[in-house]
Amino acid sequence: MSEQITGAQSLIKSLEAAGAENIFGIPGGAILPAYDPLMDSKIRHILVRHEQGAGHAAQGYAAATGKVGVCMATSGPGATNLVTPLADAHMDSVPMVAVTGQVPAGAIGTDAFQEADIRGITMPITKHNFLVTNPADIPRTVAEAFYIASTGRPGPVLVDVAKSALQAMTTFDWPTELNLPGYRPVTRPHAKQIREAARLILESRRPVLYVGGGTIRAAASRELRVLAEATGIPVVTTLMARGAFPDSHPQHLGMPGMHGTVAAVAGLQRSDLIISLGARFDDRVTGNLDSFAPGAKVIHADIDPAEIGKNRFTDVPIVGDCREVISDLVVALQAEADAGNRGDYEAWVEFLSGVKKKYALGYETPGDGSLSPQYVIERLGAISGPDTIFTSGVGQHQMWAAQFIGYEHPNKWINSGGLGTMGFSVPAAMGAKVGCPDQTVWSIDGDGCFQMTNQELATCAINDIPIKVAIINNESLGMVRQWQTLFYNERYSNTDLHTGPERRIPDFVKLAEAYGCVGLACESPEDVDTTINKAMEINDVPVVVDFRVHRDAMVWPMVAAGTSNDDIKYARDLAPQFEEDEL
Amino acid sequence: MSKHTLSVLVENKPGVLARIAGLFSRRGFNIDSLAVGPTEHDEVSRMTIVVNVEDSPLEQVTKQLNKLVEVIKIVELDPAASVARELLMIKVAATAETRGHVLECVQLFRAKVIDVSTDAVTIQVTGNAAKLADFRRVLEPFGIRELVQSGMVAIGRGSRSISERNLRPVAVPAPPAAVG
Repeated sequence: MSEQITGAQSLIKSLEAAGAENIFGIPGGAILPAYDPLMDSKIRHILVRHEQGAGHAAQGYAAATGKVGVCMATSGPGATNLVTPLADAHMDSVPMVAVTGQVPAGAIGTDAFQEADIRGITMPITKHNFLVTNPADIPRTVAEAFYIASTGRPGPVLVDVAKSALQAMTTFDWPTELNLPGYRPVTRPHAKQIREAARLILESRRPVLYVGGGTIRAAASRELRVLAEATGIPVVTTLMARGAFPDSHPQHLGMPGMHGTVAAVAGLQRSDLIISLGARFDDRVTGNLDSFAPGAKVIHADIDPAEIGKNRFTDVPIVGDCREVISDLVVALQAEADAGNRGDYEAWVEFLSGVKKKYALGYETPGDGSLSPQYVIERLGAISGPDTIFTSGVGQHQMWAAQFIGYEHPNKWINSGGLGTMGFSVPAAMGAKVGCPDQTVWSIDGDGCFQMTNQELATCAINDIPIKVAIINNESLGMVRQWQTLFYNERYSNTDLHTGPERRIPDFVKLAEAYGCVGLACESPEDVDTTINKAMEINDVPVVVDFRVHRDAMVWPMVAAGTSNDDIKYARDLAPQFEEDEL
Repeated sequence: MSKHTLSVLVENKPGVLARIAGLFSRRGFNIDSLAVGPTEHDEVSRMTIVVNVEDSPLEQVTKQLNKLVEVIKIVELDPAASVARELLMIKVAATAETRGHVLECVQLFRAKVIDVSTDAVTIQVTGNAAKLADFRRVLEPFGIRELVQSGMVAIGRGSRSISERNLRPVAVPAPPAAVG
């Protein structure tokens, strides 16, 4: 008979058994029993300053390493503070397990102190969730949570454990098999669909590989490159897939969507075949759906059958793991090539290379000598190199970081794509750095985003997590301000953050120093390289750089929300001109 | 829009009804009727859900339902190859003068009186939605005091069972314990 231990001990043993190495969390009343055995565990617990930080750190850790990220919080407010990271992880398919304490089983439903029905609250924003009231269920539930989070389409799983279950005596029995009759993700693509896809690929004249975040989660970059190079088909990588295919590759057209490159947007828009690999035809990519890629047939490969045909009619649906799908496509197309069948995409490739050259990404340098945010980001990418992990918040700095940094490898670009969570960057960078301590991690953040979660600098400073933060400080909620400039007659309602020279509230350099970090500031283009190099040399403490940039810079190209991708502007009021007979 | 009847086998666990109801509401689908009950397997419950949607949203509903970990199987029942029933209990005013007429209606609809008081009778009737609506219509003139109606339950015709396969526990190997 197994040894009698507490439910709390069983929980920690289960997390160890499931392979958790790092947990980001904050203790509190209901989860307190679990923190006692945690003290003796080989698991590293990192005490964060806000549970939202714990959740985003677990996401950053998972995105950088491919492992399951783990966060822990107490009941009630501790658990509700995890709601945003859970929703974020759900949208971006991040494998993550959140463990929360719950009030004792007997008190559930009585509006007890710090009681919140977190299982009910998180039903729509988790892949699955559990409430454990029987201590004997702890090991099996933890095993199931990790299995569900990391297989199929990855996602967040919440395990809510009643305090009474943590305190009760139980035994630890790690399950040998899991009984999940309703959970059977399909990973092997159907051979007939692969053949059909290969046929369409050979028939098409204007195909595009539309690569989404699923390619990153499936670790399919190598296979993708083989497929792209074997066929010569142009590639676009979505915001979630930056790095899945090298930016330096001549076949890469860039990022599609609202702030995508003209070549990537035009490539999709004018294609006759979209080969979607782990992408989901998000509204930020398609623009107005009715006018999206009107002449294109669609091959849609995804591990989640519910994504296929959800937004766009699919000619060839393929359910399966992206890596397996791509490998099978390579084999099928190779067999065709051996039989003398090759696609003819020459005119198309030539057309798109012309567009790519003519409408390359660029930006205007302000005449007054002030700093361009794009220049700062471009230099960050160039100086720190392709092995650096970049995280970002949400808004203009995020789009520029997606546009002006060349990504050569997967899992180096970590951002909040689906939910668009401001404040994601600093805690995600912290998580990424914990997962990859030997890599440089730059958090590119906005002055608005940074103020939502910057308290985690304390966590970083105290726990030797030397991240680097580049605040792209344009004194405002820049993306909202851009929309006000374009669509609200330059009426800047509530977007001025007063982080500029007049008031400098807060002073980010002093704030960094107050948190035990090195604070630097940079105001002129001449100082950018020196400042970045200085930040690169500091590896014992976190560094925060306040890049005080030109506030009127805008993100271009842009497809205005709800309009057609055909109406893309590459600068204000400037639409690309295509020679129709070029195609 | 057209009505579709889905038979959904789910794990008999707490919260599963909330998961399904929540999914319908957040994806913007309307449930016409829903009935839940046990099956021949203790660990499995069966829901009969009637939805009023076009074909392509129906496919989305089904796929989204299938994503729920506790949903084991979904079958759309073809009205021609299945039998569907609802239960109605209705309390109708019935005085000494009208009671005979009410009872005549009960006989015509092969309904059943389940409670009688001096000025009312309570009647139980089963059938499809159309029959129950007809029954209500003929009783209306007498004065309906109250009524309660169940969601629809439906079952396929013939000898086969929707629970034949998929119900055997499908075991997946647990991740190997990382502890030494």
